[in-house]
Amino acid sequence: MMSSGASIQNSGTLKLGDIPRMRIEDLRGFILREVSSGSRIVSLFGHSGREGGTDIFAVTAHDKSGRLSLASAAVKGGYDSLTPDCPQAELFEREIFEEHGIIPRGHPWLKPVRRNTGGGVKREFWRVPDRRCHEVAVGPVHAGVIEPGHFRFQCLGEDVLHLEMELGYQHRGIERALISAPPARALAYMETVAGDTSIGHALAYCRACEALSGMHIPARAQCLRGIALELERLANHSGDLGALSGDVAYLPTASYCGRLRGDFLNMTALLCGSRFGRSLICQGGVNFDMDNGLVFLLREKLEASFAALKGAVGLLWVTPSVLDRFEGTGGLSAEQCFALGLVGPACRACGIERDIRFDFPYGIYRFEQIPVATYPSGDVFARAYVRWIECERSVDFIRSQLESMPGGVTLQRPGIFAPERLTVSLVEGWRGEICHVALTDSRGGFARYKITDPSFHNWLGLAVAMRGEQIFDFPLCNKSFNLSYCGHDL
Amino acid sequence: MNNLYPLFNLIIALTAAPLMSGVINRVKAFFAGRKGPPLLQLYFDIGKLLRKGAVYSRTTGVFFRLAPPAGLVFILTALLFIPCGAYPAVLFFPGDMVLVVYLLGAQRFCMLLAALDTGSSFEGMGASRDAHFSVFSEAVLFLCLAAMSVASGSVSLNGMLFTAGGRIWQVSPPVLLVVVFVLYIVLLVENYRVPFDDPNTHLELTMIHEAMALDHGGPDIAMFEYAAALKFWILASLPAGLLFPYGMKPDFFGNSALFLGVIALTAALTGALESCAARLRLVKVPQMLTAAAALSVVALIFLAK
Repeated sequence: MMSSGASIQNSGTLKLGDIPRMRIEDLRGFILREVSSGSRIVSLFGHSGREGGTDIFAVTAHDKSGRLSLASAAVKGGYDSLTPDCPQAELFEREIFEEHGIIPRGHPWLKPVRRNTGGGVKREFWRVPDRRCHEVAVGPVHAGVIEPGHFRFQCLGEDVLHLEMELGYQHRGIERALISAPPARALAYMETVAGDTSIGHALAYCRACEALSGMHIPARAQCLRGIALELERLANHSGDLGALSGDVAYLPTASYCGRLRGDFLNMTALLCGSRFGRSLICQGGVNFDMDNGLVFLLREKLEASFAALKGAVGLLWVTPSVLDRFEGTGGLSAEQCFALGLVGPACRACGIERDIRFDFPYGIYRFEQIPVATYPSGDVFARAYVRWIECERSVDFIRSQLESMPGGVTLQRPGIFAPERLTVSLVEGWRGEICHVALTDSRGGFARYKITDPSFHNWLGLAVAMRGEQIFDFPLCNKSFNLSYCGHDL
Repeated sequence: MNNLYPLFNLIIALTAAPLMSGVINRVKAFFAGRKGPPLLQLYFDIGKLLRKGAVYSRTTGVFFRLAPPAGLVFILTALLFIPCGAYPAVLFFPGDMVLVVYLLGAQRFCMLLAALDTGSSFEGMGASRDAHFSVFSEAVLFLCLAAMSVASGSVSLNGMLFTAGGRIWQVSPPVLLVVVFVLYIVLLVENYRVPFDDPNTHLELTMIHEAMALDHGGPDIAMFEYAAALKFWILASLPAGLLFPYGMKPDFFGNSALFLGVIALTAALTGALESCAARLRLVKVPQMLTAAAALSVVALIFLAK
């Protein structure tokens, strides 16, 4: 018998009893079938029930039809690994192995994801069995002021044959801490899941909470949330474009974008007093409202900064020496992108339309659609260019929101969570799809909270993009993905 | 008194060389819309580094410690053969240009040995890239010197740049301009400037020169920095000497100021170039240098005709 999953809306809820519970072999078949029909794994995680067994939950998304499917299975000991047939499950299966000790039999490279220092686990890196090859170890402490992570390259001269990452240095146990954290504390955790995506993760968390308590958010709050999320995208994309330019030693764009990123952050600060949008978004709406003077000021600043950004970034597309470095570097094909289940600009740069704001619209994006920005070439140039198109469209979006802001209140009193429910909350952060899955227990508290940062999907994409490239181009390629270490490590 | 002029010129080179790094950085800052570091920043840096101690890894050996002073001595020796505008070099003999190129090569050899001595993969990569590119750049430099030697009828740097004076331009000015252009490319690659290397990068995987100095500290870095500044002066002196105004015999101070100005212009040009071009892909560096070599061969053929 073919087992099918339950379908769920973005930020919809399901009673735990309504989630199909199958045998693990059937869950495996369900996932493979979904993936072969054009879906992808959004989240795959284990949950240890009170009876001592482990339940595995799988959430898959079919972007074209906007369908989210959900299924679960109880498992003991082990099961046949999905990874050989479905590479995007690789990291998820390692995570389940690390957290619950469930062994995916036949997993090609079963290592823990984050807790690498424990005893009795595989620690070695994959090696090219050839004496002519050499290894280059980079990190975990890096030269710039960035996060820690270890990269191990297998090189033949300048050519990279294989790249393996070892992350986990930023593991803080956020998911576990959330189970018992009071709401104010929980929101602070969410805003620091990835410090550059404070608004994105806070939004996903609040939407999950609101779904569980059955709340409807005032229109004005939805609009402000949209503005904040797009400002975060603008700040990060313009910073990334500057950093990409800096990595090829092209100074003009690098220096101007560094300042412009600050300008966009300051606009967020106008909204709420924090450059990263801390404590702007809360359960039930937003904490800060805008008066007409502020709307006018924000519009003025937005136009000025966007004009400057246009000038600075425009230089990139007309400078031959920059284009020569960007084009054809770190290329991924659309097939690879599908197989790896990439998300965000990295995916759209392979010509694939995949954007939560469009495919699974929520909040303000139900009313104001942002066209999906894609570019077909899959290289560093595509990832840079998609970022630029997204900047343009975010500015258009904010402009139109500022012109027609709905009136009314911006905050509602939060309600209490319904017991024994599950919700899936998807948000398109600037880096890609943010997925929060929350399960409540019989008293209405969190029983399990699973966060999937876009970086979790995309790190493998970077490793694959580096194959056959020059190690010299790694920093550029890495920056074009600009993935989060702490968002991955949680 | 006239016999002492070359020595004065040497002193000017020794004192003014670090200024050029300041000029480059100020020009770059100007293009980026910033104010930039003080012109004398490299002097401050060298002063600060000299007062520091050095830390030596237990994996390094004698080459690691010997390289910075040895490299500096090679560069200082090469400097003795460089004439300065309207005044001659301290030392010269027929064929000294070969010695100068190999003195620069010996300094590079010291850097490479010290880099390999650390056993670090970053330093090893930097050394291998540097060794690879120097194969091309040394050949190009020799071709340029050969062309200059044909044009001036002299086989010593002093003869080409000082004794010949304006006569060197009488053979074929356009072709000699090509030589000046190629010499400028050699200057960029030998001094690890954009588009061949990025002196500002913090990314070890992309470094060439900086990677080879990663494990050095304190006075050793000061010596590396000073040697690099002098190397810039030496290599800038070649096109500057060719372009030095023909027939001008100013007084001693006028000459020094003029020569300093020409070198500072070279530095400013370098800063401007770095501000408006991205760095080359590593695989394209040899292609660029091969093109430079082809240009200098063509120049040599035309001059020898």
